[in-house]
Amino acid sequence: MRRRSVTPVLALGVALSVLAACGTGGSETSGNDTPASSSGAATSITWWHNSNTDPGKAYYDEVAKKFEAANPGVTVQVTAMQHEDMLTKLDAAFQSGDAPDVYMERGGGELADHVEAGLVKDLSAPAQDVVSKLGGSVAGWQVDGKTYALPFSVGVVGFWYNKALFTKAGVDKPPATVEELIATADTLRAAGIEPISVGAGDKWPAAHYWYYLALRQCPQQVLQDAVKSLDFSDPCFVAAGTELEKIVKAKPFNKGFLSTPAQTGPTSASGLLATGKVAMEMQGHWEPGVMQGLTEDKKGLGENLGWFPFPAVSTGKGDPASALGGGDAWAVGKNAPDVAVDFVKYLLSDEVQTGFAERDMGLPTNPAASGSVKDPALAGLLKVRDQAPFVQLYFDTAFGQAVGGAMNDEIALLFAGKAGPQDIVEKTQAAADDAK
Amino acid sequence: MTSLLGRSSAAPHPGPGVTSGTADRATARSAVRRGPSRSGGGRLRTALEVLFFVGPALALFVLFVVWPVVRAVQFSFYRWKGFGPLDDFVGLRNYVSVLQNEVFVGAFVHNMVIVGLSIAVQLPLGLGIALLLNRSMRGQGLLRTVIFVPYVLSEVIAGVVWFQLLQPQYGVVDGILGAVGVEGPEQGWLGTPDIALYTVFGVLTWKYLGLAVLLFLAGLQGVPHELVEAAQMDGASWWQVQRRITVPLLGPTVRTWAFLSMIGSIQLFDMVWILTGGGPANATTTMATFLINEGTKRYNYGIATAASVILFGVALVFALLYQYFVLRRDVADADADARRGVR
Repeated sequence: MRRRSVTPVLALGVALSVLAACGTGGSETSGNDTPASSSGAATSITWWHNSNTDPGKAYYDEVAKKFEAANPGVTVQVTAMQHEDMLTKLDAAFQSGDAPDVYMERGGGELADHVEAGLVKDLSAPAQDVVSKLGGSVAGWQVDGKTYALPFSVGVVGFWYNKALFTKAGVDKPPATVEELIATADTLRAAGIEPISVGAGDKWPAAHYWYYLALRQCPQQVLQDAVKSLDFSDPCFVAAGTELEKIVKAKPFNKGFLSTPAQTGPTSASGLLATGKVAMEMQGHWEPGVMQGLTEDKKGLGENLGWFPFPAVSTGKGDPASALGGGDAWAVGKNAPDVAVDFVKYLLSDEVQTGFAERDMGLPTNPAASGSVKDPALAGLLKVRDQAPFVQLYFDTAFGQAVGGAMNDEIALLFAGKAGPQDIVEKTQAAADDAK
Repeated sequence: MTSLLGRSSAAPHPGPGVTSGTADRATARSAVRRGPSRSGGGRLRTALEVLFFVGPALALFVLFVVWPVVRAVQFSFYRWKGFGPLDDFVGLRNYVSVLQNEVFVGAFVHNMVIVGLSIAVQLPLGLGIALLLNRSMRGQGLLRTVIFVPYVLSEVIAGVVWFQLLQPQYGVVDGILGAVGVEGPEQGWLGTPDIALYTVFGVLTWKYLGLAVLLFLAGLQGVPHELVEAAQMDGASWWQVQRRITVPLLGPTVRTWAFLSMIGSIQLFDMVWILTGGGPANATTTMATFLINEGTKRYNYGIATAASVILFGVALVFALLYQYFVLRRDVADADADARRGVR
């Protein structure tokens, strides 16, 4: 299944992030801020990215050419790969210690592991200006106060829904609380429409429900501390599971959701939404692109596509405007030449980010590019992201796969009715204690 | 050449440190002293010849099989994320953690269920079909082909096809059942924890029955026709002939098939990975899916390699026990035949 170039990134439950405080910064002139390299010697840098379809692929080739033109003697070897292939190759590259010079990092625990193993270059000093420009967005790629990668796209998770099916069932506004969500599901079900699809077969889409409920139940400080201390003793984590159990027991999900894949094929969770078989699905900002790839006419739901944020929880202590999200960042390999850092800075420049936004390749992090996003769905999400007081990086990415994987497994068990709210916290804590 | 190979077992194994100079001299000497005598030079020459022909294959085997196995055993004593230095030695802790992991224990049980079911279901089924197909009839070739086709399909392709067929609600299987008024399980055949493993087994049977039938048919060709004719002349019915003559004489083939089936079931991975990925609720995990999940998904390479060493051990123990208690009979028979000079 082809996904739109940017989106695949997040496909695995990926990336990161955190505060997207990049509000309305003064718009700088997006002119020639291509950095000029002082070195005249011939240098070659390798760049791996996952925009392997147009327009992303062509755009990135063009970007590399421009950088070469502005930096005589520098050659950029671009390798565009399908997302999963890239991940496999990166793993192999890290194992052999021969990482590419510029590559993608998803942040959180994974990045922390790479940093600990000495694979990533510290960009805090050489890219200080970019770091301060991106503001809170970079928080997910910082380890011990140092910035190791520069995020170029950060998105948030929410409900994508089929406006036509909502109207057909007589639902006039999207649900704002969990109770309303359950009531809406019942109304849709009564009208003969399957309410929500979830790719619990892949686990992470199911896990996002628990993440979001934890975000609604737990105060921001508790979450931020938990990411650092891996201590889940606060009762709000159990409360998240209790709330999730309530939703699962109301049976709003598609038939066979336990084995439904996230986004491969027409019977995947995304495929069911794209083909009008279900009314809604909770997914990240890549969803419109994924759905376009899953429909014959490449349009997905088209104008019928709507979006609403994850509903509020009445007993919750979290800010109902906070969001769950993630993104992708450019990192530089430890042994890369200095010009690789210049290249990453160029990738985050007003010019490249604006081009990135204009091609709807993702949700740009450089405030100067915010206004250039054309797709209305993405533009709307960008607003949500920028207005959120707090964007929590997907827990599995934030905690690293060893802990995150155990957590996702247990959440999937809760969806199957084989585990309870307490089990999720216990198993996650056990995996965390093991990893310490 | 036969005599050279025959002698080779007696020749001392030259160490890898044999220099080319020595080799040249040995060759030269043996060329001079060519003759019937089994001199030391001749033995060395034989050894070098063997080394020359076996060497490349041996080198590849060591590089791509032995070395990775040794490394895997080494990794299993460390806590390691797949990159960075290998310096967190934990002794046997990974093994303890794997053996205490309820998912791994469940996976082991699932493997054993598949081993047992394969023999209990596929053996009688395969044997029955082979006996039926062994009679001359119209369309025999076509029927044999049809039975064997699933085995020729790549496992992944077969898995994807069945995954789509078994989709709840929109899949062909549910569609056909719905047409006759039967409703499939609510969560689908692959999504209901209690039946997912049996669904996977059903697909495996569909896939591997062809191999059993093919092997049994081949074995049936080795049953002497005279015996069957003699029995028939003595008044044995078709059924009695099968039971008293054909099936017993098919013993070695059946035992070999059962061995292959058992090892395949213990190492089961591809089909499960495609159909369920080990889910739902860990209902179909196997030892192999467990270790892949721990390794490539969670980066717990220490745990994963410990699980793989355990998997290797389990397969080895099963193979040796089977060899000792079951296959030994066939080997012993063959040896006895050889001693008696049976051609």
